Amino acid sequence: MIPQSSRGERFTSYEVDAFEVPGGREEDWRFTPLKRLRGLHDGSATATGSFAVAVDSGVEGVTVETVGREDERLGAAGVPADRVAAQAWSSFTEATVVTVAADTRPEGPVHVTVTGPGQGTTAYGHVQVRAERFADAVVVLDYRGAGTVADNVEFVVGESARLSVVTVHDWDDDAVHVGAQHSAVGRDATLRHLSVTLGGDLVRVSSTVNYRERGGDAELLGLYFADAGQHLEHRLLVDHSVPNCRSNVLYKGALQGEGAHTVWIGDVLIQAAAEGTETFELNRNLILTDGARADSVPNLEIETGEIEGAGHASATGRFDDEQLFYLQARGIPEDVARRLVVRGFFGEILQKITVPEVRERLEAAIDAELAAVGA
Amino acid sequence: MATLEIKDLHVSVRTDDAAKEILRGVNLTVNSGETHAIMGPNGSGKSTLAYAIAGHPKYEVTSGSVLLDGEELLELEVDERARAGLFLAMQYPVEVPGVSMSNFLRTAATAARGEAPQVRHWVKEVKQAMADLDIDPSFAERSVNENFSGGEKKRHEILQLDLLKPKFAVLDETDSGLDVDALRVVSEGVNRYTANKDKGVLLITHYTRILKHITPDFVHVFAGGRVVESGGAELATQLEEEGYVRFTGAKESAAV
Repeated sequence: MIPQSSRGERFTSYEVDAFEVPGGREEDWRFTPLKRLRGLHDGSATATGSFAVAVDSGVEGVTVETVGREDERLGAAGVPADRVAAQAWSSFTEATVVTVAADTRPEGPVHVTVTGPGQGTTAYGHVQVRAERFADAVVVLDYRGAGTVADNVEFVVGESARLSVVTVHDWDDDAVHVGAQHSAVGRDATLRHLSVTLGGDLVRVSSTVNYRERGGDAELLGLYFADAGQHLEHRLLVDHSVPNCRSNVLYKGALQGEGAHTVWIGDVLIQAAAEGTETFELNRNLILTDGARADSVPNLEIETGEIEGAGHASATGRFDDEQLFYLQARGIPEDVARRLVVRGFFGEILQKITVPEVRERLEAAIDAELAAVGA
Repeated sequence: MATLEIKDLHVSVRTDDAAKEILRGVNLTVNSGETHAIMGPNGSGKSTLAYAIAGHPKYEVTSGSVLLDGEELLELEVDERARAGLFLAMQYPVEVPGVSMSNFLRTAATAARGEAPQVRHWVKEVKQAMADLDIDPSFAERSVNENFSGGEKKRHEILQLDLLKPKFAVLDETDSGLDVDALRVVSEGVNRYTANKDKGVLLITHYTRILKHITPDFVHVFAGGRVVESGGAELATQLEEEGYVRFTGAKESAAV
């Protein structure tokens, strides 16, 4: 597929007014039902509630700060690339900065919980997670509650640091969340990011990965499950601008119910300077019932031939009744059989989750989703 | 002793525009301790019989009855039929990505037995059953049937037969696509299953070669959607020599 314009030349700005109000035909917005954004995109959604961030305190090696807009560290991982992200940037009043000190490896995961402002209210927020050089940490960023939210989240991964992030969007049914995630991967650093999206009326997450120096490695995994009426959108841009970096993207989604809609956009850009790049991206969707729709657009742009490897793939399929018949013919009841197949579908992602509590929670959530339609 | 009774079974297949009748009044009774071979030319409806008994949604039973010890199977869901004691070894076993063979077997055994098998015994049981069928232990952690060769799939069908121990097994073209060694291994598996004379087998096949390993008590010739002739093992020998021409009017070999 030929992109409308190179992702490498895309416009970024901290200023809201630098972006046109989207009308719905723009490449960035054409899949998003703007009417359901509650004014996040056109300036009419003023902040009426708070973006409440709670972080585990007292974890050795981890510092949590609440800072003002003027803090110089903010923006280190990236600049807003769409109007809602710029709106969030212009609108937040304080940011949470979580720092994992250099050469430390905190015991267990660091939990960052964001609670929505509540039904009928709007909030803007900003979170930055910093892993300083040679730090090694797991951070769980957990979104829950109700309301309308837009935010920017930054992951700054220092030289040779390892940062594993699990982002869970488990909003109440009526929540609307438009998030921008910016990752900056330092020299020989590793970012492992898993994005889980389950709850909310509309969730749109745009994630951008930038490499600061050679040797960066980013693994971006995603798991989403859309029910009737839900719009779940994931947009990724991996920008290989420096040599010898790796990226691996694997997003899997299941959909069920009338009007369930998922969107996956996977842009990978290998710039002319990025020799020795190795990248692969894959999106798979499993449609469990009629009336659901999955859009999937992988896009690989290569400006140099001197790479290790690059590939992309996308597949969307319906639930296979032959699999169901086979399992049932062995005596396995239909609900158990469906669970087996869907868990099997998500298996390669679940297997990679190193935090047992997160894995168990997700397995339970998947089972609950399936139980909800009486499958 | 158990009995599987098929009475005047009529089955149609659903196509886009119309229903097409494939089975036209099948009558057959299988008692435990008996092996019945159903032989017939391609397109005679043999596989339809197998899938219809198991309850595949593609086939619509328009009339007739399938009773297992007097209980009407046709009123049961696919999984209920299996738990009632019916097993279908499929000609083309289905791949289920992401579900390990060991998880699948354990889930099926739990359903069949009404409770989860005890881990220690179960592991031993599976190991032994796999060894009996010359299946490498590494298959336990592979996804169900995924990227298995034809022969590997058939061995795993018989592995399930061995572990689930149903009252009746319908083996649909289990011999197709097997080389000589695999055919022997698979046949031995079926013979172990029937060794105690308490199981019934409906062996569906086009060719006679599997009957050199598994001796049928009865042979039925299937043509035009019904049983047209029944006899003992000697009928298979006759079919091997003469083919199905007598039943179809067209020349089609039953020998390998």
